[in-house]
Formats: sequence, C-alpha cells, structure tokens
Amino acid sequence: MSTLTVGQVLAPKTYIINRAALVTYANASGDQNPIHQNEEFAKSVGLENVIAHGMYTMGLVGQYISEIAGSSSKVKEFSARFTKPVVVPADTDVELVVSATVTEVVDGSAKLEVSATCNDVKVLGMTKAVILL
Amino acid sequence: MLNPDLVGSTFEGATCTTISAESIAAFAVALGESDTHIAPPTYAITISLEQSQAVLEGSGLDWSRVVHGDQRFAINKPLTAGMVITCNSTIESARMVAGNVIVTVRSDLIESGEVAVSSWSTLVFRA
Repeated sequence: MSTLTVGQVLAPKTYIINRAALVTYANASGDQNPIHQNEEFAKSVGLENVIAHGMYTMGLVGQYISEIAGSSSKVKEFSARFTKPVVVPADTDVELVVSATVTEVVDGSAKLEVSATCNDVKVLGMTKAVILL
Repeated sequence: MLNPDLVGSTFEGATCTTISAESIAAFAVALGESDTHIAPPTYAITISLEQSQAVLEGSGLDWSRVVHGDQRFAINKPLTAGMVITCNSTIESARMVAGNVIVTVRSDLIESGEVAVSSWSTLVFRA
C-alpha cells in the first residue's frame, strides 16, 4: 500500500453487529459483562438495551485499518474515544459504517483519521491510526 | 477520589501469559479478520484490561460504575502465537471531572525484555 496520498478518502465498509456477534466477541475477548448480552440486565442498569462492547466496535475499525494497511502487522498506532454506545436490539442487524481519510504520509507510514457511525450517529470519536506503507 | 499517591504506581504482572494460536484465531474471527495468525491491533486488550483492573484493585473505586472512555495502542511488534508476555500496568493519571473519576492506565506488554505493545485505557468511574 504505497499509493496513499494526503487528503485521499478511502472507500467505506459496512460491518454488521448483532447479538450473536456480541456473544462471539465476548467469548473471544473474555469480556463477559452482561450489559453486552443480557437485555434484562442492561435495562436494569439504565441502558436503553444491550450495547456492543466498545472494544468490539473499535476492533471492527481495526479490521478496516488492517485491510487498508494490507496486514494487521502493519498497524503501528490506533486510538479511539468511545463517544456513543452502539445499541443492539434483539433480532436486529445494526450497521456500522467505517471510512477513513489519509491525513499524513511521511517516512514510509501514513496517518488515518477514521469515521465510525451507526444510523448516521458517530459512535467513536478521535479515531486515528498510523500504518506502515 | 483515587488516592493521589497511587498515580505513578506500577503493578508488575506476576505471571507470564503465553499467547496461543487459538486465542488469536478466535479474536480475529470475531472481528471478521481473515488473517488468523497475527493478532489484530486491539488483541492486546485481552491481556491489558485484566492488569488495569489489578493495578486499581484496592483503590476504592467502584467497578460497577466504570465506563471505557478511550483507548490507545502503540504496537512496536505485532503479537503472534507462542510469545511469552509479561504485562506491567501503571496508573498514569487520575482526575476528577464533574464528580466522575477519570483514570488512565498504561499497560506494557513485554516480550523478551522489550515492550511489544503499549495499551492506554482511560476508565471513567461515574459518580
């Protein structure tokens, strides 16, 4: 990936988040907090419904960045702020739309500024990555 | 509020974790990543979050009130199966905003004496 140029807007990708995906991520990550799986529990602590693990959403964005870089091994820095929870009602596929802009290309690496939205609402803020070219 | 004396204190991981091929593969598959041999960039959280909790144990902060505020990774060396990792966590900062206690913990995942991945987790303990 040596063709990135400053200002370039990269093609968006849509990821599907549903209850089954949250269970798979919980098992893979070890984060079994019931707010990510149990609707009754989530509502009992004042949430609208089950919410996705912030790290799951960030992980999907990481997949997008890895794909742009050509490999997970080329991602050097990655950061995000969890601004809005991704609410995942039962039997629903929630679409996470990820896109990125190249903000800097220098010394064999590129900086990306990433956007992640669900239903046009920004769910991650200050999402940035540095990848090797 | 967190005891200010705890800022700068480090919890040195007592045990080493050997990264398994299975755990990397399961994590990659969960994120829809087709390369299941190299840990995805956020994989370090599976090791660092537990250590962040350990360093804050006894701080008096209520874990049932915690929200993940932000997260950053610096990856010097991608994690792969067979690496033996020691994780040290340090409380880098703690501040109070509108009654919430905001704590940043840095976790260094060390392999063969060198930091492979640093992970900064900012945790918000809601008032």
